[in-house]
Amino acid sequence: MLSKRIIACLDVRDGQVVKGINFEGLRTAGDPAELARRYNSEGVDELVILDITATLERRRALADTIRAVARELFIPLAVGGGIRTEADAAAAVEAGADKVSLNTAALSNPSLITTLAERYGSQAVLVAIDAKWEGDRAAVYVRSGSTPGDRDAVDWAREAEDRGAGEILLTSIDRDGTKVGFDCRLTAAVSQAVSIPVIASGGAGTLDHFVDVFTAGRADAALAASIFHYAETSVHSLKQHLRQHAIPVRL
Amino acid sequence: MIALIDYKAGNLTSVRKAFSALGAELFTPVRPDELASADAIVVPGVGHFAATKTLGPAWIDAILEQVGKGRPLLGICLGMQWLFEGSEESPELPGLGLLSGRCYRLHADESTKIPHVGWNSLDVKREDSIVDEVANGAQVYFTHSYVAPVTADSVAITTHGQPFASIVQRGHVSGVQFHPEKSGDVGLQVLRNFLVMVL
Repeated sequence: MLSKRIIACLDVRDGQVVKGINFEGLRTAGDPAELARRYNSEGVDELVILDITATLERRRALADTIRAVARELFIPLAVGGGIRTEADAAAAVEAGADKVSLNTAALSNPSLITTLAERYGSQAVLVAIDAKWEGDRAAVYVRSGSTPGDRDAVDWAREAEDRGAGEILLTSIDRDGTKVGFDCRLTAAVSQAVSIPVIASGGAGTLDHFVDVFTAGRADAALAASIFHYAETSVHSLKQHLRQHAIPVRL
Repeated sequence: MIALIDYKAGNLTSVRKAFSALGAELFTPVRPDELASADAIVVPGVGHFAATKTLGPAWIDAILEQVGKGRPLLGICLGMQWLFEGSEESPELPGLGLLSGRCYRLHADESTKIPHVGWNSLDVKREDSIVDEVANGAQVYFTHSYVAPVTADSVAITTHGQPFASIVQRGHVSGVQFHPEKSGDVGLQVLRNFLVMVL
């Protein structure tokens, strides 16, 4: 049976993981490669590096980070943030990324999804959607969540699939950072509308929130960052909890 | 030296990295005749079966010649499907035909999404060398929509809606539907088992 995936996200700025790092036993707090090894040994199913650097040196620093993380890692690695062109994606893939995540660039230039899917295969193309409820409609917002788009999240997910996306990374802006739980209504709406896997993100605070998003939310995978960074819970104990709730996981 | 066939079906960085981590030396032949110096052949690949069109008759003949001489061959993902007679994904293209059967698309239903993406378990059916030290039920990483049929050559079976061959072996010809280079320790063990055949 196909397992539900637990994905850890590393928010990286200038080669260092930001957001809280509170692991004991790490030689260098914030070193992405060391954190990646730690998650890997705990049994995480996949890693996402999200580059939030905003400097001109961004691309080269990102490639170095990807290389350092990918060196000893033999699980899927996705990279997002700052991938605007085919050349950006190629640099990430050559450095060792298995998947690239497109957000703003996919909205402003949807043909990039198809270009990358044809070059690397759909399995290598994640489309990230940041959504926020406006009444009964989940609206797509561009990164930072400040500018409402004119797109409906469910329609945009369908279009991304048609254009060749292999997975959808769906973040709830309403829930992001709140720790009150994933937005199961949003996740289920998108998951039922597409046949490609949907990764839920935003709002993880407790182990039961993951149970909820895999059942009511119909998510195929769940992504979290700070709940793991702060060592509030380990990936391993989360997976044991999921298994106790009859959710298939890799343990 | 192991020949890693690059037919532009996906990125080979991860496959190269995994073999390197196990101490294997790889080269990427540019012409089919370069296969003569290979100790073994690996055919990786993701994507559409049509990508194998790049591997025309000259490559097919060269690979079959080396396999005929007893050189081990490993197909990964699309490379494994290519070991069979063909695929309904591109009915006009023949596969290598080393294994009998044709590949077909998995069926989607309410609880089964296609493509099949993620970690799924191996139901080991036969104790062949390719699964040495691989526990029954071990999980590996898949990403695909088409599958190879369960036949007498199936060493392990995986189920996603329906059962399919996830590891095949016939003599020194073997294949894996999952990505051993992305499947953690289990994947590396399968690659190690292949390398043992090369020695």
